[in-house]
Amino acid sequence: MWGVITRPESIPQWFPGIDSCTVDGNHRVITTKAGLEMPEEILTNDPLLRRFAYRITAPLYKFHLGVIDVIAIGVNDSLCVYSTTAEPDVLALIIAGGTKDALVEIKRIGEELAR
Amino acid sequence: MGRKILFITTDQQRYDTLGVNGGILARTPVLDGLAGEGIRYERCQPTSVVCMPSRASMLTGQFPTTHGAWMNGVALAVDAPSVAENLHDAGYATALIGKAHFEPMMDPFGRFAENSLASLGIPSIEQDWFDGRRGVHRGFDYLEFATHGVMGPLHYAKWINANHPGAAAGFYPVLDAELNVNAAGGGDTGAPQVKVNGVHRDWYHTDWVAQRTISWLKRQDDDRDWFCWMSFPDPHHPWDPPKSEIGRVPWREVPLPANYPEKPNEREALIDAKARHWRAWYDGTLVSNYEAPAKWVPATLTADQVREVNALNAVEVELIDEAIGKVMKAIEAKGWVDDVDVIFTTDHGEFQGDFGFLFKGPYHVDALMRLPLIWRPARSTKPRASVVTAPVSLVSLAATFLAVAGQPAPVWVEGASLPVDDDDAHARSFESTVTEWDSALFGVDVHVRSVVTRGHLYSEYQPGTLHDGSEGELYDLADDPQQRVNRFNDPAFASVREDLHERLVEHEDRPGERAEPGVVMAPV
Repeated sequence: MWGVITRPESIPQWFPGIDSCTVDGNHRVITTKAGLEMPEEILTNDPLLRRFAYRITAPLYKFHLGVIDVIAIGVNDSLCVYSTTAEPDVLALIIAGGTKDALVEIKRIGEELAR
Repeated sequence: MGRKILFITTDQQRYDTLGVNGGILARTPVLDGLAGEGIRYERCQPTSVVCMPSRASMLTGQFPTTHGAWMNGVALAVDAPSVAENLHDAGYATALIGKAHFEPMMDPFGRFAENSLASLGIPSIEQDWFDGRRGVHRGFDYLEFATHGVMGPLHYAKWINANHPGAAAGFYPVLDAELNVNAAGGGDTGAPQVKVNGVHRDWYHTDWVAQRTISWLKRQDDDRDWFCWMSFPDPHHPWDPPKSEIGRVPWREVPLPANYPEKPNEREALIDAKARHWRAWYDGTLVSNYEAPAKWVPATLTADQVREVNALNAVEVELIDEAIGKVMKAIEAKGWVDDVDVIFTTDHGEFQGDFGFLFKGPYHVDALMRLPLIWRPARSTKPRASVVTAPVSLVSLAATFLAVAGQPAPVWVEGASLPVDDDDAHARSFESTVTEWDSALFGVDVHVRSVVTRGHLYSEYQPGTLHDGSEGELYDLADDPQQRVNRFNDPAFASVREDLHERLVEHEDRPGERAEPGVVMAPV
């Protein structure tokens, strides 16, 4: 699972509603299914902690921090925690729905890879 | 050949905005004429006073606690029952043109079909993703969407931005920079959600919806039955009708509503007699729901702002009436004039100044709960004009459409078909209707259940952010039609209250399968 999340360019594979992205160093620009482009800054991509953290830098957001942690809980099992903090509230709510769908997809991919 | 169905809805329109219902501002000769020929309902209630749950009830014939789209921002399940699907199966061509809103509008990830369809082109049954039964989406063969503004992914927004890009700037920006309902004022009085809009009348969404409906009707086979839901986004705010039309109703000449006492202390006394969230919203200490501007304080509303909002609202109502007239002419030109049932209503009401408020929320009084409803049965059935005074609900629409089509009501429908007169209403026990409210957003939750009978309007507030479960409102509709005197704690009304409470208990305990309540995906 971490092998997928650690690759910033993989996000269209596991975040439903993100159609494509470009990555340039610590900068990623995602394009949503609705055609919106959102620039992001990658803050952490730590293979030891297995933590990927990023910030949406689009001006619509006063603040955004997304953190994905992959925690080993057994030989073949991992717990994936996807935390989002955002302002304004409305955007936090919308992102929350997206991350929920993303977690479902991450789980599916993880189970597929484990087979 | 059977009966065709033109189902016309508006958004957020009060009962008293139509001439035939006593309205004095807007001229509505087309709707008044339909009412004169058919059935006019004097007490029609929504199942919810916000768009998504109410519209989902029209489509499913179910209450929000059954269909699961319990507040704005909660999508109706894609596989939820749909009367359009049943009509489609019965051989009807089915279309929805205008505002749908069964799915959240704020959808940057494009998760909901309503927001994706316009990008795929105008859907039709010729497309390969038509599955042969449910139509393109929810049983509709054909969909073209519009909403209040010109932003976003729907057909109307794409159309105006592609064909008249300069016109888009004339519309009021519905949302502010934080994506809350915009509180910015405009017009002559600085009223919220008001803007002088330079858009050409033909390009405004009211005429666009009528034009697209006429275009669809013209393409239908003469002998095939059809169900067309023509859904106008107006007169919902923003109040930004075309500038060329605003002279129809000069706002300075508009009288204040009967339920808008001009003196603040009189207004506040009325509000203080109601449940506590009324005063909290009025003072700006708590905005109970997303549907009103978060940064607008009702106590700042002026009499002139009420006049201007009501004038612009009346202009929008007149434009809708004229648009309906154009569609009726197109139906006549097709030779269908005797074969079409026309049903007109809206999803919920609007305060328009009552008690010092605009917009809507968990405030169950006539401003938001008493709706215009007109059914002009096909002339071939030789309808008898009547007025139904018994309480009816939008939950009855699905069964009514199916009855018109000669189809049985499926088990999932919770409302019986509409009565055709008071005798029919009496015979089939149309005695009360229920309106539900549930919302939970940004730390504030409100839950209300209301029941309306011929004589009373009764609300119970369930425990939530502001209510502990002990509050309520009870109005005597005969002695107090403006709902100014709250009898909830009046010992003289104890037995009435007990009877109405029992009706709400019966509603909660009603039989039938209920969908899992949906998840809040967006505020609207």
